[in-house]
Amino acid sequence: MQNKLPADFKETISSYSFVAPALLVIGTFIVLPIAYTLVLCVHKVQLLGEVQYEFVGIRNFARLIADDRVWIALRNTVEYVAIVVPSQTLLALVLAVTLNAGVRGQQIWRVLYFLPTVTSSAVLTLIFMWIYNSEGLLNHILSHLGLPTYNWLKNPAVALKSIMLMNIWSTAPLYMIIYLAALQDIPRELYEAAKIDGATAWEQFLYITVPLLRPVTFFVITMGIIGTFQLFDQTYIFSNGSGGPNNATLTLVLLIYQYVFRDLQLGYAAVIALLLALVIITVTLLQRSWFDHSR
Amino acid sequence: MKSTILRLLGTFLLYGGLGLYGVITLIPFVWALSASVKPLSEIISGENHWIPHQFTLENYQQVFLQEPLFLRWLGNSIIIAVSVTLLNLLFNSMAGYALARLHFWGRNSLFFLILAVLAVPLQVTLIPTFLILKTLGWLNSYQGMIVPAMVNATFIFMMRQFFVSFPKELEEAAALDGLNRFQTFWQIVLPLAKPALAAQAILVFMGSWNNFLLPLVILFDPDMFTLPLGLNTFKGQYISYWNLIMAASMIFTLPVLALYAFFNRYFIEGVRFTGSKG
Repeated sequence: MQNKLPADFKETISSYSFVAPALLVIGTFIVLPIAYTLVLCVHKVQLLGEVQYEFVGIRNFARLIADDRVWIALRNTVEYVAIVVPSQTLLALVLAVTLNAGVRGQQIWRVLYFLPTVTSSAVLTLIFMWIYNSEGLLNHILSHLGLPTYNWLKNPAVALKSIMLMNIWSTAPLYMIIYLAALQDIPRELYEAAKIDGATAWEQFLYITVPLLRPVTFFVITMGIIGTFQLFDQTYIFSNGSGGPNNATLTLVLLIYQYVFRDLQLGYAAVIALLLALVIITVTLLQRSWFDHSR
Repeated sequence: MKSTILRLLGTFLLYGGLGLYGVITLIPFVWALSASVKPLSEIISGENHWIPHQFTLENYQQVFLQEPLFLRWLGNSIIIAVSVTLLNLLFNSMAGYALARLHFWGRNSLFFLILAVLAVPLQVTLIPTFLILKTLGWLNSYQGMIVPAMVNATFIFMMRQFFVSFPKELEEAAALDGLNRFQTFWQIVLPLAKPALAAQAILVFMGSWNNFLLPLVILFDPDMFTLPLGLNTFKGQYISYWNLIMAASMIFTLPVLALYAFFNRYFIEGVRFTGSKG
């Protein structure tokens, strides 16, 4: 190490200039903030004027346990993840398998289905609020079919469900593309051999397609979990930032936002952010061990 | 005979199902487009018809008249998304290339750091990022929106995977020609990475263009708003003027749909790229 050739030294310098921008940004806006969050957790932070810190020990954590809105937000978020992730994964799989079944114009269907994925969440939320309003298109269709209608935006019993429906619709096509790519890598011969053995299309799906897609399913579910736990844009726009009606659309990220920008309680908000990170990491790890065990 | 009927039925079901899902995909867009060209009276009449009785483009005109900042928001969104995209292309490729092809002290630790960073949820870094930007005096500024977003661990990883399988002979030939590291990267390596760059460009651009949370936290002056924020404010001011809200939504969506119509191959390739790491 100490007897470096000048050429080697030059090589190291030029290598570091390649990674310097990335290192600087990741250091300043990811690594430093993680350490900073841990500091914030044990402080009361005054934001007005100069930022001031007052050490409060575990008081922020103690407050977390007694805060009803945290548990409401956690329950809403978990309910949302538990319904949306399986639904969008299944829908994505069904769409991909259907498109892969030797359909004509696969390209065109793919481009069409992918449309919601390229549209901004703000626009989609506004469009769906227009469809969901009490005299809107959805209720119009439902009443034509003789089904019950709801005030989708204002009724606490269905408000979160309407966001779920919208997000399943808008996210499934993304995972469909990933499934489709994986399906095209499965060798044709496997299906032909199964056909010769007399396997039906359903059996081929169950015993060839599903097991071979396992790694992709793992990826899709992991990405789905991480994405859905971070639900924010849609609930913020839906409820004007309140998480209403009656806290029905309050999610953890929305709660963090409220504590930071409405109540200016940054230390306490950092504790909730930490809670969210722990929940995401735990669920992801549980999912991974479940995947490994059910092999 | 029976099998022919069954096959026909199967084909019918297959295309029927595909068509039905196509309709489900399109309905919200068509319905929004329809509202954007109807006068308000027709919207609040409670009749739901798809083709406007009285077609009008006045809503679009009204959006710009009622909200003079709309063009400004469009401009802000373009400046931020284009800068973020170009910087990401450059910096992620440089870092990915170094991690894949260059040998330097600390390379493995750095690669491990990139992988670890991939797992950190945005919310953990959001509050400190806000405070850091405040300290730098970058709140409510373009650089506050651009600098934290100009590097992305996911795409550094993607570029590294791409460059790892590059033929070594290219660099050796470049070295024989007397090119240095930067010239090799700029003149030989980058041009060959076009497919990966195109996929990355589209995903980064879309992410920045559609981002809602970061601008909501960083930008507070209406002059500095990006389109999603502006749209949300607009909705707050013109609530129940659904014709105007839908027209504004369409103005925001049409440029992206136009891009998508031309470059959909790269959109889908981009998703496949990120998906293939799983």
